[in-house]
Amino acid sequence: MSNTGIGAPVRRKEDFRFITGQGRYTDDIERPGQTHAYFLRSPHAHATIKKLDVSAALATPGVVGVLTGDDLAKDGVGGLICGWMIHSKDGSPMKAGAHPALAQGKVRYVGDHVAVVIAETLAIAKDAAEKIAVDYETLAPVVDMNAATGKGAAVIHDVAPDNRVYDWHLGDKTATDAAFAKAKHVTKLDLVNNRLVPNPMETRAAIGEYDAGNDAFTLYTTSQNPHVARLVLSAFIGIAPEHKLRVIAPDVGGGFGSKIFIYAEETVCVWAAKKVGRPVKWTSDRTEAFLSDAHGRDHLTHAELALDDKGKMLAMRVHTKANLGAYLSTFSSCVPTYLYAPLLSGQYDIPAIYCEVEGIYTNTAPVDAYRGAGRPEATFVVERLVEVAAREIGQDPAAFRRKNFIRKFPHQTPVIMAYDVGDYAASLDKALDLIDYKGLGRRKRDSARKGKLRGLGFSAYIEACGIAPSAAVGSLGAGVGLWESAEVRGNPVGTVEVLTGSHSHGQGHETTFAQLVSDRLGISIDQVAIVHGDTDKVQFGMGTYGSRSGAVGMSAIAKALDKVIAKGKKVAAYALEASEGDIEFKDGRFSVAGTDKSLAFGEVALQAYIAHKFSGQELEPGLKEGAFYDPTNFTFPSGVHVCEVEIDPETGVTKIDRWVAVDDFGVVINPMIVEGQVHGGIAQGVGQALLEGAHYDASGQLVTASYMDYCMPRADDLPSFRVDHTTTPCPSNPLGIKGCGEAGAIAAPPAVINAITDALGHEDVAMPATPQAVWRAAQKAARLAAAE
Amino acid sequence: MTTVTMTVNGKSVTANVDPRTLLAQFVREHLRLTGTHVGCDTSQCGACVVHVDGRAVKSCTTLAVSCDGAAVTTIEGLANGAELHPMQAAFREHHGLQCGFCTPGMIMAAVDIVNRKGHVLDEHTIREELEGNICRCTGYHNIVKAVEAGARAMAPGAAAIAAE
Ligand code: FES
Ligand code: FES
Repeated sequence: MSNTGIGAPVRRKEDFRFITGQGRYTDDIERPGQTHAYFLRSPHAHATIKKLDVSAALATPGVVGVLTGDDLAKDGVGGLICGWMIHSKDGSPMKAGAHPALAQGKVRYVGDHVAVVIAETLAIAKDAAEKIAVDYETLAPVVDMNAATGKGAAVIHDVAPDNRVYDWHLGDKTATDAAFAKAKHVTKLDLVNNRLVPNPMETRAAIGEYDAGNDAFTLYTTSQNPHVARLVLSAFIGIAPEHKLRVIAPDVGGGFGSKIFIYAEETVCVWAAKKVGRPVKWTSDRTEAFLSDAHGRDHLTHAELALDDKGKMLAMRVHTKANLGAYLSTFSSCVPTYLYAPLLSGQYDIPAIYCEVEGIYTNTAPVDAYRGAGRPEATFVVERLVEVAAREIGQDPAAFRRKNFIRKFPHQTPVIMAYDVGDYAASLDKALDLIDYKGLGRRKRDSARKGKLRGLGFSAYIEACGIAPSAAVGSLGAGVGLWESAEVRGNPVGTVEVLTGSHSHGQGHETTFAQLVSDRLGISIDQVAIVHGDTDKVQFGMGTYGSRSGAVGMSAIAKALDKVIAKGKKVAAYALEASEGDIEFKDGRFSVAGTDKSLAFGEVALQAYIAHKFSGQELEPGLKEGAFYDPTNFTFPSGVHVCEVEIDPETGVTKIDRWVAVDDFGVVINPMIVEGQVHGGIAQGVGQALLEGAHYDASGQLVTASYMDYCMPRADDLPSFRVDHTTTPCPSNPLGIKGCGEAGAIAAPPAVINAITDALGHEDVAMPATPQAVWRAAQKAARLAAAE
Repeated sequence: MTTVTMTVNGKSVTANVDPRTLLAQFVREHLRLTGTHVGCDTSQCGACVVHVDGRAVKSCTTLAVSCDGAAVTTIEGLANGAELHPMQAAFREHHGLQCGFCTPGMIMAAVDIVNRKGHVLDEHTIREELEGNICRCTGYHNIVKAVEAGARAMAPGAAAIAAE
């Protein structure tokens, strides 16, 4: 291991600009002549627009344009799309209602976009928006998922008269029912997976710009995947053809999924730039972010686990209602289906699984992928069920898990996935050791003496990352391929630029990707630049989500580097007057086997460009290679997290006393960065378990639309974490990487709730387990104890 | 419009501003010092923290005109030329940042904590004192380590120790 190669905890190259205030986020950019957009949003959850009069707003001094859904229609601008087709049990396609970027006759959630005012300043735009006269006829709001599909519920989209987007299933129902019929014990649970708001600290922003001379558009935007944004904006929404649309995603302040999607505001800014003939800038404020960023989770689930007389798992049965909000966001349809049900086998050998999912429209903000996307929801189901089952049959939860772990690989689950490799017991053993499981009894007694309740909870999670083999996801309904591309440009002086379709918005790619190059080419990371986030520079890319940038994005870079080295060998052969077959490349030098003749990478790069030693007929000059990498399988990171809590039953305050994470991410490029990803993921998972919850009231108003009402995890809500790992290299990609970005958020929620329910001695605690909820649950525990 | 004069990062600036201009807007839009970020509307996240006359304030809820005559330091003014402030260096060394959006406010708040609480800070103190700053990326684990190390490095004579 060199000090900057694979496996080294290299300090991040990108940090200097961030710690000195020189990061460049979208809102930091100012374009000449730029105007400011303000969106008038619906105050109602569900209403038809009888009349919309913008004339007074338009007449306001300083206003340069007011645009509505009618203008979009007149220009033939298409609606926002959902890029993953799901078919219901009966074979019918999902019911996707139209999703115009500005409302056309109807609004479907509080925050829905009614009109945009574009003005010299934001203050003028805001003031003018108040002069827009909207005549709403309110309709009954559909907020509750259970009521949404019931008789008499108002219809949100005419295409879905029962507000069901789809009624989908996966697995073998007959086999599952048969296994349940012969089960010795069945554990049943009803679970709520609370609705979350992703809340990257940088809110979304966009600047649309139009160059009339070239009839070309530029969009600066807070995107995790600028090429996908360009593809959707051109091919589906019809703003401009791809070669006339440049999308730039500069520094992006966190995404967590919420910046994957193509939203109304970005679409409108780029379209409006041509309408008003000036750049149009919009920056979301935090309340707008709460109202209009795609939310996450929001499931109601009934789950059952069947066991035989020895506590061996026989089958699992799951029914989930998934709230998809008022419109189908870009990838929303696949999150509670193909990113969810295929993970229900967890780390366990379960012969039969059957899962049904109803996707449901409500008059709430669209729901889509949020860190983990489907996999945290699945893990919550599996790990709560498993924990409760162990408790019900009186087995130690660690031993019960161990008994049911998959041990032979590859392992085909009954729900699509073929796990390639793993050693779940190794992670569990290490975790038990690090948390001092043996000392738990003593610690519980110590807490009890102080009047406190102590509990410990496990979460043995698995995720499917590195998303994903294109043909496989295509057969499941994906509208795109999920490969990644890379281009490696060796420069004449031996420095290297890597152009990648992965996007970095906190993950540290500028460092880890450079480490790979340093490792392979034997050059310093300071001689490597990572270029990303601009469709004019990078040819194509599928972007960053699903913990795919290492496993897929870096694999593409590795492939391109192999080609560069192969080309370098050809060049070196001419330069060293040897045959190509005799050239070896090692530690940054091309050498002739068995001799002391060699050239450094930089010298070969120079030879490649000056092209003095070979003719153009023999070899093309230059040292630039590209590659597309399409994965052959998902990757399967896994691990065991253990959370230990101490609860004060008098106040209901839950203190996380210890946290141990033992993850298997395969090969790790930069352990410092990987651990940081784990920390951040756990914090978001703890946020879901203890603090966060997006709540709509019965009229469809989001009552948690600011940091006053939506409780974000803060430093004093969290402990320091003990993070360790085990390693089984991933066999399906050249680097052995599995992915680490989502693990913490996937693992954490059931670990916390399992710990709290262990402390309380009953299972009746829902997320978020706020002090009030835990206090109530502690009261119930006391009553149950008294009744015994 | 109102005239406001203040010293920002050691330079005197005078501008005519709408009286409702916030200090965050003033430094970002008028002075184009975009290291100071805005992450919320309710004075909760701390992305906007700057120092006014040596004390941390949330510039998103401070009127620019109220800083007339004051000395303001933003993240851009913290380093001594090319030499990082010890707290900046500690954030890099301890991986106290990921997306970098909360980072300027975190660093400015951290320096203020040290100014108030001294150079030896325990984890509990740091976590409590960071109450006004939200980070969505790091889970705070490495921020806490960075602040602890940065505090020590800010002590007089600490550079000699660090250089050993
Ligand atoms: S922007 Fe000032 S506290 Fe959030
Ligand atoms: S580093 Fe992204 S919010 Fe703190």
